Amino acid sequence: MSALLSVRGLTAGYGGPPIIEDVSFDVEEHEIAVILGPNGAGKSTVLKTIFALTSIASGIIDFAGTNLATCKTSKLVTLGVSAVPQSSNVFRHLTVEENFDVGTYAAPPADKAATHEKVLQLFPDLRAKLKQPAGELSGGQRQMVAIGRALMCEPKLILLDEPTAGLSPAYLERIFDLLLDIRQTGVTILMVEQNARQALQIADHGHVLVNGRNFASGTGKDLLADENVRRSFLGGAAA
Amino acid sequence: MIDFINFYLFPALAIGSVYALGAVGISMIFGILRFAHFAHGDLMTVGTYGVLAAAAIFPVSPLLLVPFGMALAIVSALAVDKVFYQPLRKLPTIYTVISSFGVALIFRSLVQLFWGSQNQVFNSGGVRPPLVLFDTFRVSVLHVQAVVATSVIALLLHFFLSRTKTGRSMRAVSDDPELAQVAGLDTEKVVRWTWIIGAALAAVAGMFAGMDTSAHPNLGWNLLMPMFAAAILGGIGKPMGAMAGGYIIGLAEELSSYNWIGDSALISPSYKTAVAFVIMIVLLIVKPQGLFKGRLL
Repeated sequence: MSALLSVRGLTAGYGGPPIIEDVSFDVEEHEIAVILGPNGAGKSTVLKTIFALTSIASGIIDFAGTNLATCKTSKLVTLGVSAVPQSSNVFRHLTVEENFDVGTYAAPPADKAATHEKVLQLFPDLRAKLKQPAGELSGGQRQMVAIGRALMCEPKLILLDEPTAGLSPAYLERIFDLLLDIRQTGVTILMVEQNARQALQIADHGHVLVNGRNFASGTGKDLLADENVRRSFLGGAAA
Repeated sequence: MIDFINFYLFPALAIGSVYALGAVGISMIFGILRFAHFAHGDLMTVGTYGVLAAAAIFPVSPLLLVPFGMALAIVSALAVDKVFYQPLRKLPTIYTVISSFGVALIFRSLVQLFWGSQNQVFNSGGVRPPLVLFDTFRVSVLHVQAVVATSVIALLLHFFLSRTKTGRSMRAVSDDPELAQVAGLDTEKVVRWTWIIGAALAAVAGMFAGMDTSAHPNLGWNLLMPMFAAAILGGIGKPMGAMAGGYIIGLAEELSSYNWIGDSALISPSYKTAVAFVIMIVLLIVKPQGLFKGRLL
């Protein structure tokens, strides 16, 4: 397997002192990778930096041969990278269908109707809600609209910032199941997740950050078994 | 009752159309560029004089010459955006708001410089008799034209915003600019279209206002505050709300001077502009998101 995304020596922040320093990791094609760590470790900053929403001091973000560190946010979708922010991730006044449609504008898929159908097969609940403004849906449904919108441009890589934040346990499991389904369709997933234990169970690789620096990396299984990681972030004994 | 319809209701709908067309632009600019565009009234004046200048050359009805006014207003809007507003886009919006006051003065001064400060009357082929309906209702042809044109524009705008790619992108940027950026939408194109539509509609509004009375350099500036009231009433970032707001403000202003109680006007016509402000202030206190759930200021 080859790395689809390769982050090397990334130092970035929001204009002041850097939030992440010298962060490096690889995301391989067709895998689910998860970035973990305590609050304030800079997990979301990594995603925002890949998406050109922070200022980069140094480092390389190689995505299939292109250095994303020099790209503008609006260009990334055309390169095949799609992102779902943590909060306000749907256009609230637009209907679900319009949200999906807007997702195709920057990089229109070859067959829009087929992609639309594929997304609806992933999220059958949304079929009955297509004409409803996205702002009127429940938190879990909004998250599905957000992920659906990001999939509408048929990305190679999708970045998810805490996709289960604020969701009920039932929805949490459904979202994780969905991520496995999405991977099945050939999309690579890089996500930041607070629910570390569940996330590692579905993830191929995990990368732990502490104080904005690399702390540990490994397969989901290895990290779940790692005494250090378990004690610090997973709350005690192995599952 | 007949007098009420002839002298209050029809004129109210006509001035409401002018407010509606102006308020759409204000609401869209507020929604997408996130600032109160105080030069919008004067942009309207620029459009009016564009029609007037064309009317001096072509001896046809000014209505047919509105594309000239639209073109002048659009070019002016895109130019001031490029020169004055775009460099300020990253700064807090108050800078752009203040700059728009400056632009308003520039527009007004340029109009005075080129066309003089006296009133100018549109040559619409002499005084036209009003339309008489059922032998009782007498309505100015211009007022009918204003209401019909505004209704057609409202339908077209609704179609544009809900069905076309550019229209949906505009609503998306208005809804959440950061997410729009993440979704890869071309925000500069959206900004351009906002100016094009806002300026074109301002020119139409200005032409109707100018034809109803006369064109003068303060024409748009005098209409600015009721248009803001209409935009706030409809809900910021809700173009159709702004349209409705325009008609509500127009009706409230005109109907407030009808002799509802006794023989004299309820409120002296000279105070009717105050009615728009009272509605705006009450709404800001009671329902700041406007009647159509717009954005909070």
